[in-house]
Amino acid sequence: MGLLSKKDTKLILDPLADNNPITIQVLGICSALAITAQLKASIVMSISVLFVLGVGNVVISLIRNIIPSKIRIIVQLTVVAALVIIVDLVLKAFAYELSKELSVFVGLIITNCIIMGRFEAFALGNGPWRSFLDGIGNAAGYGVILIIVGFFRELLGSGTLMGVKVLGDPIEKTGLYGFGYENNGFMLLSPMALIVVGLIIWVQRSRNKALIED
Amino acid sequence: MEYLELFFKSIFIDNMVFATFLGMCSYLAVSKKVSTAVGLGAAVIFVLLVTVPLNWLLDQYILRPGALAWLGEDFAAYDLSFLSFIMFIATIATMVQLVEIIVEKFSPSLYNSLGIFLPLIAVNCAILGGSLFMQSREIATLGLATVYGLGSGIGWFLAILAIAAIREKIRYSNVPAPLRGLGITFIITGLMAIGFMSFGGMLTGGDEEVKETAKEVALQLPQTEKIENNETKTLN
Repeated sequence: MGLLSKKDTKLILDPLADNNPITIQVLGICSALAITAQLKASIVMSISVLFVLGVGNVVISLIRNIIPSKIRIIVQLTVVAALVIIVDLVLKAFAYELSKELSVFVGLIITNCIIMGRFEAFALGNGPWRSFLDGIGNAAGYGVILIIVGFFRELLGSGTLMGVKVLGDPIEKTGLYGFGYENNGFMLLSPMALIVVGLIIWVQRSRNKALIED
Repeated sequence: MEYLELFFKSIFIDNMVFATFLGMCSYLAVSKKVSTAVGLGAAVIFVLLVTVPLNWLLDQYILRPGALAWLGEDFAAYDLSFLSFIMFIATIATMVQLVEIIVEKFSPSLYNSLGIFLPLIAVNCAILGGSLFMQSREIATLGLATVYGLGSGIGWFLAILAIAAIREKIRYSNVPAPLRGLGITFIITGLMAIGFMSFGGMLTGGDEEVKETAKEVALQLPQTEKIENNETKTLN
């Protein structure tokens, strides 16, 4: 680990568990809930946020000394909006179906609070390299939750993973369906995303008592 | 009628919080007390009411494909829609800042109760989401866009008011320790969202059914009664 000192690895690993942006810092919930009915969409969303947050943190950190603090929010929003336009155009070019499915939620990465939160809390006070690591770490922490929720919702809701029928075919009654298993269509509806995240928080906090609120 | 329909649709059926999960961050962070929740909710209504029509004008006359035709025929071929994210967010951020300055100048008491929430609102997904949905649902007129903004704002206000009231009470309940605070709020919101889903058929469901049965009847009945049916249809 010549490249990363102990402090730097902490920057990446902390947000994955004990300082997770979604379950602990309560940032970036909106997109986490709306697009997780399918695993594929969750993965694409995680990668998009990883890109925007990683690059955005570096850019903000590079120009942090020239931004007048009064208009910094507009400057930050402009940087994010520019990056999100890149993501949106790339998605439209290479994964058109998926970008239709994500619809406005790609645009809503702009107001994803994780991004503004990390700009304000970290990139404005730290150098580019450390900001980059912080961005990657937080985006990964966000992605982990998104992928867990997407995994369960797609598996239990439609019996598939990434579109592959892992539990057998519901119409021809193969695999699990042969034993009378049924898909729980309720998992595909949006309220279940909230409840799944609530359960993740429950599991995480019962494993780590220090996180419990009073 | 169209206005009223869109108004109720944006409050209940397409509720910002429960149907599309927009503005969740501030919804969760500022819902510990009813009084602050009311302040933020009012600010959201106001900003949505201003920015949605403004962005509608922007979309209609600058951004959408062929929107620049009013400048002359040479401009009709331009398609600036890829700029809409950056234009919308710039409008929102400037409007929020402007509103903050105006309120501070003319009504210090309102500023004291509402002012602290205004910077929060620039990065509230509900505001940008309102404009983006306005664009993707192709709302037709400026009046409808205003109604849509107002309705969405009121929907958001209702949601945060309800959850704040529940959270004030739930402090006295015996919630399992790891679920306290954030966890239980998530689950309650989920249950409320299930409740709100029942509004889904309020405006569209019944109407469609009537049309279908009318068609079936028309196929079975002889000529004379068919005409009657058509008359009732036109009346509908």
